[in-house]
Amino acid sequence: MAEDTAPTSEQGRRSLGDWLARQMTNIAPFITLLFLIVVFGLMAPDSFLTFSNLQNVLRQISVTAIIATGLTFVILTAEIDLSIAAVANATGIVLAFFTAQEAYVAIANVPLPGYAAIIIALCACFALGCVNAFGLTVIGIPSFIMTLAMMQIGAGISAMLVRGQIAYAVPSLIKELGSGNIGGVPWVVIVAALFLLGGHLVLTYTRFGRYVYMVGGNREAAEYSGVNVKFILAAVMVIGAVCSGVGGMIGVAYFGSAQQNQFDTYLLDAIAAVVVGGTSLFGGRGGIPNTIVGLFVLGVLSNGLDHIQIDSFLKVLIRGLILLMALVINVYAQKLRNQRA
Amino acid sequence: MAEQQAPLIECIGIGKTFGGVVALQGVDFTLMPGEVHGLVGENGAGKSTLMKIIAGVHHEFDGTMKVLGKEVRFRSARDALDAGIGMVHQELSIVPALSVAENVFLGSQPTSKLGTVAWREMARQAEEHLQRLGIHVDPRAEAGDLPLGLQQLVELGRVLFSGARMIILDEPTSALSPPEVQMLFRVLRTLKAEGTSFIFISHFLEDVLEISDRVTVFRNSRRIATANAAEIDKEWLIEQMIGRGHEGLGEAYTGEIPLKSEPGAKTVMVATGLTQRGAFRDVSFHVNEGEVLGIYGFMGSGQLELAKALNGKTRLDRGTVTVDSKRLRLKNTASAWKDGVALVPESRRSMLFGMEPVYKNISISILDRIDRVLLRPSKERQIARALVETLRVRPRSTEAELRTLSGGNQQKVALARWLTHLPRVLILSEPTRGMDVGAKDDVVHIVKGLKEKGIAVIVVSTEPETVLSLADRIIVMRKGVVTHEFANVTVSKDRLLAAA
Repeated sequence: MAEDTAPTSEQGRRSLGDWLARQMTNIAPFITLLFLIVVFGLMAPDSFLTFSNLQNVLRQISVTAIIATGLTFVILTAEIDLSIAAVANATGIVLAFFTAQEAYVAIANVPLPGYAAIIIALCACFALGCVNAFGLTVIGIPSFIMTLAMMQIGAGISAMLVRGQIAYAVPSLIKELGSGNIGGVPWVVIVAALFLLGGHLVLTYTRFGRYVYMVGGNREAAEYSGVNVKFILAAVMVIGAVCSGVGGMIGVAYFGSAQQNQFDTYLLDAIAAVVVGGTSLFGGRGGIPNTIVGLFVLGVLSNGLDHIQIDSFLKVLIRGLILLMALVINVYAQKLRNQRA
Repeated sequence: MAEQQAPLIECIGIGKTFGGVVALQGVDFTLMPGEVHGLVGENGAGKSTLMKIIAGVHHEFDGTMKVLGKEVRFRSARDALDAGIGMVHQELSIVPALSVAENVFLGSQPTSKLGTVAWREMARQAEEHLQRLGIHVDPRAEAGDLPLGLQQLVELGRVLFSGARMIILDEPTSALSPPEVQMLFRVLRTLKAEGTSFIFISHFLEDVLEISDRVTVFRNSRRIATANAAEIDKEWLIEQMIGRGHEGLGEAYTGEIPLKSEPGAKTVMVATGLTQRGAFRDVSFHVNEGEVLGIYGFMGSGQLELAKALNGKTRLDRGTVTVDSKRLRLKNTASAWKDGVALVPESRRSMLFGMEPVYKNISISILDRIDRVLLRPSKERQIARALVETLRVRPRSTEAELRTLSGGNQQKVALARWLTHLPRVLILSEPTRGMDVGAKDDVVHIVKGLKEKGIAVIVVSTEPETVLSLADRIIVMRKGVVTHEFANVTVSKDRLLAAA
């Protein structure tokens, strides 16, 4: 959490070593990132360390960033949302379904004005989030299971609407946000930055944000403090789904097409970004700055592996191993913090 | 009685200290064959420490312990069990999702030649075994579905079945209804006749007197007296338990405490017919402005559960609660707090955020009163700093991580939370548990301050001193129902204990 990172006057009396130990969970992912940049920079100095490649990395992580913003809220409360990719996919397809498609696209769609399609798509992801929230807080289904079911439901909605076909057209506003530029900066990067910034402001400076941290830190204590825990949990599930939905809409424009299963890799990418960044799966620790570092770790890793001479079939394995290493470092950093404090 | 026989267990001069604090001092204790030996004393008097030594939980102690005439020093509970000593804890260790038979055979199921569990054989043996004890229960029934009394007997059956002939029963009757108590006693008498011996620890002195052959009283880490149950009564036991008030600071409440209610004070909370299945039933009371209502009862009497239900943490099955004539919804803790009811639960850990700084622990409950949407950390710190000063929290910091504070200071932070934006009713559950004298005085002081501000306070406790030092009026609960009310009278610890 940003407001905690600066040592206050009272903490200033402690040694720098103590402070470093306490901040290890925030520092470790950063070191991983620097390590990756140095390694890829040395191995492919001409292609990796260029301005245009930085733009590539930013573009590549933008859709994940939008989805990961919502997921950060969910994980901070010690819940999980496995339906993010499926909700993103369903929302993107709903958007395309209500947009006029070219004649050769064999989908029985319902063309509506652009704004109407966007509103319907937003309502769709909001509704799916509400179902997640209802299952978790009112019925009492663990979020892991509830969102596993929602993952199937989202995939089902996607399949029903496109029936194996591919749609291409989306409303012009979304098309611009997903694939347009302004002054050389891709709109998709700006949207992602705004989402991350908004998420950070809400988590750090609002009452709701504080409640999110406290519910994650000690749920029972939050309850005894008079916090409406169920409301907070419901709200983060809806936030998670809406961010996923927006990510899905923008993503469809970014890819240039809407089809089944196109977001499948985003589930693990988003979870990995949040966790590699140092946000605790047990809740209450971490935040958007951590998620940003995590996004860059993942983005640089994927991008960098494309720049070095390596068997393309080995890349997936290497990616997995480096992620594992980052997680191991995180866990040790957490332990170090607990010992020193 | 079996005076001529050799004792099964003989303890001579047992002593035990925990980090410099004396828990037991020169205790002699014997258990004879076929005897039920009652053990009474207040919380912390040393009964459970001695039992843990006998059952092999503590292995560092002074003095000698002999079992069947041979000196022993158990390394683990397993060792004790091998020597024939078993224990049935107050918190049952039965596995609710398994069948009765599986519970009886837990860890030692009979198997067929192939190594699979011999279900039919197990059920047959379990039923036979339990029936011999006079326990009639279907061995295939799920243990969790049985009434508590039967669950306890099933656990007793398991301990017996594992070979124990000397069994320690810790508060076995606290959750049982009178017919269930009689059922337990019938089983104990049957077993006694067969030569099994029991150590019967309980706060329920009538139960102790009814079933025991001899009773030993503990006070202040010492054995005070051992007597034949037939020759003593409840009053004598209470007198032995609490002493005559010559034993120093720890026993300051043996005198007469006058209770006084302000006549004509405005009633704040009225509770009518509160019932929660398995915890308490038909509890009614009221609390006035500027009054401290004490609710006292032994562990398991339902008063701690009552506190949680009044705060909306758990749901009531029946009954209504009003505050200032407005009926509480009690949907959840948030709605209770909106309606003006706050709770400090018995466990500090369950209401504090160990990883967060002190000021966030204090402000969490009042954020909605001091902020609109955006947080104002400077205001939070300002409120926290004032409270840290007035409550003398150490260290004098609003930024220290809460878990680095001592227990007493953590409790002050827990209380501090409700002091700036006052609730109408504040419920304190075990507010002084585990505190040293100085911290206890601080709590008494804080509660006095709250009274003066016109808050209605409810103090719920299993410790008589806590209730006596804080309350203006006391109701006593026993096994889930209110049995007595002390108002406008003088009360003393022995009378309070006698009423419970």
